[in-house]
Amino acid sequence: MSESISTPDKPEPLPEAEDAKDLFSKFDPLIKQRQDLLDSGLEDPFGLVMERVLSPVTAVCNGRETILLGTYNYMGMTFDPDVIEAGKNALDNYGSGTTGSRVLNGTYVGHKDVEAALCEFYGMDHAMVFSTGYQANLGIISTIAGKGDYIVLDIDSHASIWDGCAMGNAEVVPFKHNDLEAMEKRLKRIPEGAGKLVVLEGVYSMLGDIAPLKEMIAIAKKHGAMVLVDEAHSMGFIGPNGRGVAEDQGVLDDVDFVIGTFSKSVGTVGGFCVSNHPKFEIMRLVCRPYVFTASLPPSVVATAATSIRKLMDAGDKREHLWENSKRLHKGLRDLGFELGTEEPQSAIIAVIMPDLERGAGMWEALLKEGLYVNLARPPATPAGMTLLRCSLCAEHSEEQVGQILTMFEAAGKAVGII
Amino acid sequence: MDREDTKARIDTLIEPFNKKGVAITDDTTFAGDLEWDSLTVMDFVAAIEDEFDIIISMNQQAEIETYGQLIDAVTKLRGE
Repeated sequence: MSESISTPDKPEPLPEAEDAKDLFSKFDPLIKQRQDLLDSGLEDPFGLVMERVLSPVTAVCNGRETILLGTYNYMGMTFDPDVIEAGKNALDNYGSGTTGSRVLNGTYVGHKDVEAALCEFYGMDHAMVFSTGYQANLGIISTIAGKGDYIVLDIDSHASIWDGCAMGNAEVVPFKHNDLEAMEKRLKRIPEGAGKLVVLEGVYSMLGDIAPLKEMIAIAKKHGAMVLVDEAHSMGFIGPNGRGVAEDQGVLDDVDFVIGTFSKSVGTVGGFCVSNHPKFEIMRLVCRPYVFTASLPPSVVATAATSIRKLMDAGDKREHLWENSKRLHKGLRDLGFELGTEEPQSAIIAVIMPDLERGAGMWEALLKEGLYVNLARPPATPAGMTLLRCSLCAEHSEEQVGQILTMFEAAGKAVGII
Repeated sequence: MDREDTKARIDTLIEPFNKKGVAITDDTTFAGDLEWDSLTVMDFVAAIEDEFDIIISMNQQAEIETYGQLIDAVTKLRGE
């Protein structure tokens, strides 16, 4: 039954397979769907190349100067002069890579420093840095919830969360997106004595909506569950100190594990978990996605540490980003587009497309206007939707948000969506 | 617990989800015959869980391919 959860858009089998069957035959329907889309003359939405990157918000893509509105580079830290300088210094002084695991030869002073920066940023006791955000979820979830334990999670959770659940062999119990009653019913039915982990996200990246963490965490605690919150899309931006949705709703102290990433607001790559659990440090020895991979290059951890510390005092940028988000949301709605949320809840604004064909057409029309957004399609999207996902940056000027709206209007009319 | 009673109650529960009007037997498959997407599976599982006050984890769902297997699994879970 649950096979359809991992492949919700399972296409029809091909009527006739011309090639001999092998292990790749299972991909034939997807190969055909992709070929049909390209044969219709569209630019490949999943094959874009950034030829030159001019700033956090502009690049040359497929030969055209383009405004970037789909990068998750929320705080525009990628070209911050202090961040760049820290990276260059680390390259000069520590070399291009560590060639080793964190528990062997891969922990440099920079790795300890970025973990210290995370403890300062979140006001927490422990921080553990992984090579990617995906590995942070994979590692923490699979290690703390094992066979016989129960994981209760939102059905719209990110792939890295699902993969962490599968790897740990815990009993996995999903509930309807952001549904408090459905969540509580499931927690109630878990056999007495079983270990319980509730996994939530602050911002859900497909529609850009936030979770009612205050209420959900209260329910989880009432039923004796530990709580893990993925704040990948809120760090640096949401909450008085940019600590995320849990901070914004006043419940960060009740979160056992915060998962985050360096590849969004921080502006580089890497993932982390912060926690106040007194035994947290043992994770460094038992968490396989932490142990059995090379650590981040010294330049990456140096840029991350510099960026994180600058994000602590980025109140003005947070304010400007909110203004951008509100302006784009209102402008798109006034133009007649259907959006993922009634009000802007984050820096993500999802524009709902009627179907994949017109979604891909609109994506290409925008690109030709000089605007890059993310095309999101099943199975990554909830309810089989096709979305044009816009993620704003604090470095987008007021003028650029105006240009973006003009481009959406022209493309939407050309494709016949508005 | 009684398999017949379980089956009768699930027969009623599945009706609103069987939008294609497939004639359902013990051999009907969820992915193949009913072509349900992930959200339909989740809503249907939730309906069964609420009806019988049980949990059918995704790990257990992975073992269930046919309608008959579902009735067997729920009958067993009710007995635990």
